[in-house]
Amino acid sequence: MSKRFVSIWFPYLETDWHLLRSPQERDQPFVVSAPSHGKMIIVAVNAIAHRQGITAGMSLADARAIFPGLQVTGHVPGLALKLLKKIAAWCIRFTPVVGIDGQSGILLDASGCAHLWGGEENYVREISRRFLEKGFGIRIAMADTIGTAWAITHYGENGMIAARGRSAEALMALPPEGLRLEAETISLLHKLGLQQIGRFLHMPASTLRRRFGQLLIKRLQQALGKEEENIIPLLPIPPCLERLNCLEPIKTAKGIEIALETLLNTVCRRLQSEQKGLRAARFICYRVDGGSQQLEIATSHPSHHVLHIQKLFSDKLASIEPKEGIELFVLEAPLLEDHAPAQETIWETAGHDRHRLSELIDRIAGRIGESGVQRFIPAEHYWPERSYQASKTLYEEIKTGWRKEKPRPVQLLDRPEPVEVTAPIPDYPPMLFRYKGKLHKVVKADGPERIEQEWWLQQGRHRDYYAVEDEEGQRYWLFRSGHYGNDQRWYVHGFFA
Amino acid sequence: MSSKADILSSLRKDILSLQGCRSPLYAHEMDVKLGPVASAFPNATFPTSAVHEFICSGHETKAATCGFIGAILSSLVKNNRACIWISRQRNIFPPALQAFGIEPQQVIFIQPLKEKDLLWTMEEALRCDALSAVVCEAREISFIASRRLQLAVEESHVTGFIIRQDPRNLATACDARWKISSLAGEVEEGLPGVGYPRWQIELLKVRNGKPGNWEATWKQGRFLFEQNTIRLLPKEKKKAG
Repeated sequence: MSKRFVSIWFPYLETDWHLLRSPQERDQPFVVSAPSHGKMIIVAVNAIAHRQGITAGMSLADARAIFPGLQVTGHVPGLALKLLKKIAAWCIRFTPVVGIDGQSGILLDASGCAHLWGGEENYVREISRRFLEKGFGIRIAMADTIGTAWAITHYGENGMIAARGRSAEALMALPPEGLRLEAETISLLHKLGLQQIGRFLHMPASTLRRRFGQLLIKRLQQALGKEEENIIPLLPIPPCLERLNCLEPIKTAKGIEIALETLLNTVCRRLQSEQKGLRAARFICYRVDGGSQQLEIATSHPSHHVLHIQKLFSDKLASIEPKEGIELFVLEAPLLEDHAPAQETIWETAGHDRHRLSELIDRIAGRIGESGVQRFIPAEHYWPERSYQASKTLYEEIKTGWRKEKPRPVQLLDRPEPVEVTAPIPDYPPMLFRYKGKLHKVVKADGPERIEQEWWLQQGRHRDYYAVEDEEGQRYWLFRSGHYGNDQRWYVHGFFA
Repeated sequence: MSSKADILSSLRKDILSLQGCRSPLYAHEMDVKLGPVASAFPNATFPTSAVHEFICSGHETKAATCGFIGAILSSLVKNNRACIWISRQRNIFPPALQAFGIEPQQVIFIQPLKEKDLLWTMEEALRCDALSAVVCEAREISFIASRRLQLAVEESHVTGFIIRQDPRNLATACDARWKISSLAGEVEEGLPGVGYPRWQIELLKVRNGKPGNWEATWKQGRFLFEQNTIRLLPKEKKKAG
């Protein structure tokens, strides 16, 4: 399928935005000015001011001379880009691929989208109507290439749709400025009498390159579709995306639920046929008032099970505020993984268990957060705190075995707690120790087991561990930090069962 | 004489079924080798589809309790089924679970930030029959919450354990209430070291069973019960009776 692009140009973007906030100035010439080199320069003008002959780049004093009653407001730096980003995000309802074009336009990749609006004419008309409703004046065109669409919006007829494969014809009558060239090349072209693109469109490439440089060739090829040009999308395109446009804005919880179910059914059917499963999903609701809200879930195991994913979302659905109503629902799956269909078995198998377990873990992680669910595998370290690590997945196989040769306490304190001890003989276990105010007399002991610091990770003192038992039969894992001496420090680190 | 004993035991079984205590379904599969302790339970089997409550105080008894639960878990964790350990503060040292016959990677640790999520997670986990057991460290549990856990367990046949440190409310619907405390290990004369873990196992309350008190050593993957242990009836039983 050939590509189709829509270029939208906002000739009066900034002034339109200001006028939306102060509508009483709508019928007057209005400009936005900014200080530059000690004088006020006009940055943006509205349509009426433009008709009076006031253009961007003019100094404010000159403009006031032309039209004394000029309305002026200060320039907000970065406003245009911010507005364009918002507009582009809003345009996601027309196509998933939207890019920003320079300082005053956006580009839509409309391939395969127009038929949803009943044809290209209706599509373009609908976009124009929606922007007009919002109060933004636009120039719009549709063509096979970005280059042609851009040229028509800026220098051609507003709302024109260049038919498929007719880019060259649409370009013929347009001035060379439409090719997005450098100012020098354009003035050179004009000087040589090449006032329209048609005059040099069929000239040999080598001739053009010699006189006007490589960029002209590139732009021509791009406009004619001989060289590929792509939009840099504002939002990364997820590998799997489904949309649901609503005829009437949805306001009820039941309605949102039905929308989610419909989308999930479509997505899961597609994933099933592709033998894939999603690891993460995003449900986005676009409201009539332009706002949007999104819910995200993640699964520990690739899944295309409608009921399961619905259950994960259902806890969060209540947080959606429809306000005036939701007009568009989008379900994205940013992360897909291969998921072979499970063998249907009569007898329950380990695979089946796994499936249900990961569904349980997803539900729990959805409520308490993913960091709250952990599984541990051995790590190759002697230092007790580092001797295990969190596994990345639920089913990660262990590569090294757990150490068995020394007994380890079943309860380990997060950080060792200091104890007072009486240890009269060097490198012997203590005779007495006081922990939390209680005196424990050591009856039996085992040790020392010296564990050295891993110097490549951390510097510090080594630990001499003792397993000791007091007269009540309670067992502790004590250690002495450093060598026996005046500055020795003792800690309790764990409790044996 | 034997016929009389037979009649008595069959009558006892009838009473149990009338009282709503079904014979455990997978008892033969998951035989928890608890020796004489098993006789305290109805049908003389450790109830696997039940919620067991453990009372403890302080780190030391908690460690003993964790060890004992670990020892029971080792016979429950069959078919490579995972088990879930829920706690607000994770003090379990995973490598140590090996000593009780559990592969530490089979345990999924869940650490909710909020107190109320503890029991929600436990109930949700107990409903999932892909698990072998669920352990939860929760201090307080209301009667209604414990009843909910009990209902979840009856359906899924997953064993539940609740470790309660210094609890206030003791009116719960749990099947059994235990108290485990550590005893001095036995070491042969003249040998150094601390010996194998040895516990005092107090069964304070059993539904349809007889509470008791035992001493056991955990040695090489199984319980060794002391021959001279006298089964003591705790005071609570007398009060209840």
